[in-house]
Amino acid sequence: MCGRRFGRVGLRTTITVNGQARALDLDPRTTLLDALREHLRLTGAKKGCDHGQCGACTVLVNGVRINSCLSLAVMHDGDEVTSIEGLGTTEALHPVQRAFLTEDAFQCGYCTPGQICSTVGMLAELEAAIPSQETPRGAKPALTDAEIRERMSGNICRCSAYPQIVAAIKSAAEAMA
Amino acid sequence: MKAFTYERAQSAEAAVKAATATPAAKFIAGGTNLLDLMKLEIEQPQHLIDVGRLPMAAVEDTADGGLKIGAMASNSHAAADPRVRQRYPLLSEAIVAGGSPQLRNKASVGGNLMQRTRCAYFYDTSKPCNKRQPGAGCAALEGLNRNAAIFGASHACIATHPSDMAVALAALDARVETLSPTGQARSFPILELHRLPAERPEMDTHLVPGELITAVVLPPPPKGAQVYRKVRDRASYAGGLASIAVAGPNVALGMVAHKPWRAVDAEAALAAGATPAEAMARELDGASSAGRNDFKIALVARLGAAALAEAKGERT
Repeated sequence: MCGRRFGRVGLRTTITVNGQARALDLDPRTTLLDALREHLRLTGAKKGCDHGQCGACTVLVNGVRINSCLSLAVMHDGDEVTSIEGLGTTEALHPVQRAFLTEDAFQCGYCTPGQICSTVGMLAELEAAIPSQETPRGAKPALTDAEIRERMSGNICRCSAYPQIVAAIKSAAEAMA
Repeated sequence: MKAFTYERAQSAEAAVKAATATPAAKFIAGGTNLLDLMKLEIEQPQHLIDVGRLPMAAVEDTADGGLKIGAMASNSHAAADPRVRQRYPLLSEAIVAGGSPQLRNKASVGGNLMQRTRCAYFYDTSKPCNKRQPGAGCAALEGLNRNAAIFGASHACIATHPSDMAVALAALDARVETLSPTGQARSFPILELHRLPAERPEMDTHLVPGELITAVVLPPPPKGAQVYRKVRDRASYAGGLASIAVAGPNVALGMVAHKPWRAVDAEAALAAGATPAEAMARELDGASSAGRNDFKIALVARLGAAALAEAKGERT
């Protein structure tokens, strides 16, 4: 750990990241995003705006998608975090990863890890009948284009691959059904 | 971020005790608004008390047919609760009109009430802001005040409260439960939580230092339709310019004042037989604007008339 090398002591925080328990001594100011990127060298989750506006840092905490830039790592002691590195491997892609490739749902790829983690979380939310502003009153939400766009509005794509992202999400949901 | 120390509270009692014992301490639950402001050094707590895992996240039926929502429930959890969706659809719809799904998954119900204004000058530390730095002045008075208040503003501050959820709670006559630093539990109407800026815009609420919101309690829903409408610059994930919550005879407006604004004049006019447009005109008799937000008066008149007509079952 770089902190230990310089003799810094911090708050002992143990987070299970992609299935592996990782103990870190952290400055309480360290965000979950910086803990992943700078301490654990998991650079899949990206720092875009660092203010929860772009969604590039989206990861799953206990299966729920959040902005890892707007959360302190010390708040996640004992939590299970899944980043893009934990979703699939090059040999065995997660269905959402495969769908993003097949549908060409990116250009530069910077927002893609966040888009993919967000999609995985979003499909679970849909399954759990969590409503959005596109969900008709009293109804169980359905995977319509309008629902996908609304539910993915926390993930910005500067290359504007939005039509392909919607297509990828629909095809991933079919593959996972 | 400025340096701070951190502790995870083991109980609500321990949390309020720690908050009183430590100078410049703040509670953190989801942290989505507080950490954003700490990164900008607008908020500079010296100690954070993490209350996010306190066992106050449940949604429970109350004896009188209402609902009690724990302060640590996430916004998503509150919006998705089947009882909330069925009996208080207005509340569910207001919650999902705010933020992004990622934010709603992390943000707590208590924290939603405690979020701070989105006034551009509160965020711009190179400009004067009485809310951020009391006595500095208000750059919004003659500046970019498109989103400023039209009700209850003062010469010191024209900022608005940004919450959607709080507007629905105001229309539903919700009560807020807190734990005081003395260990005393208290309960009061949500309209008594936030304050108008007057001479002290740095104070958003009437809570005493170290007081912790523990729950929001909804009485049985009022008879009549529930409607929530919000107007903003983008279709999704954007702060509101104005919003309205209608719950039976109750009407509350959002993003038009330093607090959720209960439209009592409009309510009285409606009760006396006024049309939706007449009722909104009555309410807006008391409005004033600061230049770039002049449009908000006409916007709220039309938004309110449309929402009230919808609640009456008229097509809009």
